[in-house]
Amino acid sequence: MKAHEYQAKELLAEYGVPIPAGGVAKTASEAREIAAGLKGQIVVKAQVHAGGRGKAGGIKIVSTPDEAEQAARDMLGSMLVTHQTSPEGVPVNAVLVAVAADIEKELYLGIVIDGVAGLPVIMASESGGMDIEEVASKSPEKILKAYVYPGVGVRPYLARQLAFDLNLNKEQVKSATELISNLYKLFEAKDCSLAEINPLAVTTDGRLIAVDAKLNFDDNALFRQRDVEELRDVQQEDALEVEAKSKGIENYIKLDGEVGCLVNGAGLAMAALDLLKQVGGNAANFLDIGTINDPDRVVQAIGIINSDPDVKVILVNIFGGMARTDVIAQGLVAASKQMEIKVPVVVRLAGTNVDEGNRILEESGLSLIRAHSFKEAAQKAVEAVQKSN
Amino acid sequence: MSILVDKETRLLVQGITGGEGSFHTRRCVKYGTNVVAGVTPNKGGADLDGIPVFNTVERAVAETGADTSIIFVPAPFAADAILEAADARIKLIVCITEGIPTLDMVMVSSHLKQKGARLIGPNCPGVLSAGKCKVGIMSGDIFLEGNVGVVSRSGTLTYEAVNQLTELGIGQSTCVGLGGDPIIGTVFVDALELFEQDPQTEAVVLIGEIGGNQEQRAAEFIKSKMSKPVIAFVAGSSAPPGRRMGHAGAIITGSSGRAQEKIAALSEAGATIAMSPAEVGITTRKVLASRS
Repeated sequence: MKAHEYQAKELLAEYGVPIPAGGVAKTASEAREIAAGLKGQIVVKAQVHAGGRGKAGGIKIVSTPDEAEQAARDMLGSMLVTHQTSPEGVPVNAVLVAVAADIEKELYLGIVIDGVAGLPVIMASESGGMDIEEVASKSPEKILKAYVYPGVGVRPYLARQLAFDLNLNKEQVKSATELISNLYKLFEAKDCSLAEINPLAVTTDGRLIAVDAKLNFDDNALFRQRDVEELRDVQQEDALEVEAKSKGIENYIKLDGEVGCLVNGAGLAMAALDLLKQVGGNAANFLDIGTINDPDRVVQAIGIINSDPDVKVILVNIFGGMARTDVIAQGLVAASKQMEIKVPVVVRLAGTNVDEGNRILEESGLSLIRAHSFKEAAQKAVEAVQKSN
Repeated sequence: MSILVDKETRLLVQGITGGEGSFHTRRCVKYGTNVVAGVTPNKGGADLDGIPVFNTVERAVAETGADTSIIFVPAPFAADAILEAADARIKLIVCITEGIPTLDMVMVSSHLKQKGARLIGPNCPGVLSAGKCKVGIMSGDIFLEGNVGVVSRSGTLTYEAVNQLTELGIGQSTCVGLGGDPIIGTVFVDALELFEQDPQTEAVVLIGEIGGNQEQRAAEFIKSKMSKPVIAFVAGSSAPPGRRMGHAGAIITGSSGRAQEKIAALSEAGATIAMSPAEVGITTRKVLASRS
């Protein structure tokens, strides 16, 4: 789960990480009021769940409350399109109005889980800012890394080591040591999957301050992070994906093809996209129905696929393990009773309880296109799309 | 022979009285697995079809000599269940549960290293040695006893691959589902090492997917240490880019997370690549034919 920059900064401030003075505005007049209380150059930043805002016009530097109001008016209610968003963009419903720091140098500081080591890793670099990814791929030696061991945590020496290696002066080493330790406390306390400050600015008067920040949270841990869950902004997410989530289908991603896919397991669902492409088709979505054995879940999934106007055929490919094919079959029968499915449905069942699953489908009298193998199912789905065109 | 589990395995089921736990316990028994005990706190003294249920893993191990555990405990309590098994000196722990918080797994995997226990999963289908023992949730009837080892990060894609092999009459030695979470107990290299040492296994099917760099590490192992042929498929070549975790995610894996990079590394290491998920079976048949 993602949070907005302003939400991330509020959490950072709570954990003692310095952030620029400012506040969040939902209207242009609120933006003006906040700006009136700030000194010096002011930055107005569109609050969206996407990077690349600067180049897309989502960040403006202004000098007066009037200009701040105008910048906020231009942004609020608009759709911001960046290289990380869909072509339609994402809605700007809030702007962050803050003091524009006088930056002498941009550092990078991030914490993420390294799956190979099985540990959180703190990364820091003197070459922070917009080009950090390029730095990481071209000169990986410029990225400092420190692993954090559970039960030990970020001890002073570890944070100090990173701070000294960032070539900071004595005072800055002291505040960086504290800042790194505090960021890790936040990462751990809130079950983050990513905590990133980029840039971490060294100001012209020598202070360290988090100029931009990003926090992502572990979806698996939301059950124990109720306050984090409240930060969710569903308007930043695809409408069909939000609907899917509200119906208990966590793994739905809207794509741009014509074959609506209902598959169990992320690997098989990914392989379905690959196979469809190889036999000349394109998936309209990625959907992993998961392993909850509830026919109603299948009805909900079919409902979401069926409501997608791009879908010209539905491909159901289930290889039962934990998921039982008889439950899937019951769900398909129930779905056809509860809604009008206007497109052909290709079904391939295999694995757990497959005889029972096939019996339910045969006795239902539904007109389904049946397939024995994975490839046959993909081919029949693509043929059905071609017939409908 | 086979790897990890066989006729000697004495299985304990943690969460045996739950819906999924009891359903899959019965299917493991039906496959021939020696299920010796179950654990559900506060249900000690009960039984499932004659399998005794204990309150703690410690007691279950003392009374039954269980040496392997399979976990069906819900996600909020699963990390605790893994630690309980490790503390009771269970040597092989198979965790089926999905949705365990990542930071719980950081703590668990660090502790398991000290205890010397092997974890498979979490969020995995388990392990099956064909014709001998099933410690997992896979449908037993798609397997055929034979000489091909299968290792995969995906559950259902494993079933798909095994099904293709069986339909071509190609049997399997052991099939290991590693699990799809960011932190897992056993990785490709560990499984390849076991298969390389197993006299029954003549070739290995490896099924990878996008994300992380475990396939590249497997490629290094194949190149330097494997004498047996490896057939590989990597899922996700057509997955849309842009579903990413900000800069830090990209920094950790660089471009190694992409399917193309993984396929290139495996191919360069000498693995035979199945280009389509529908061609894992026939690609394996070709590789086996060229050896005999």
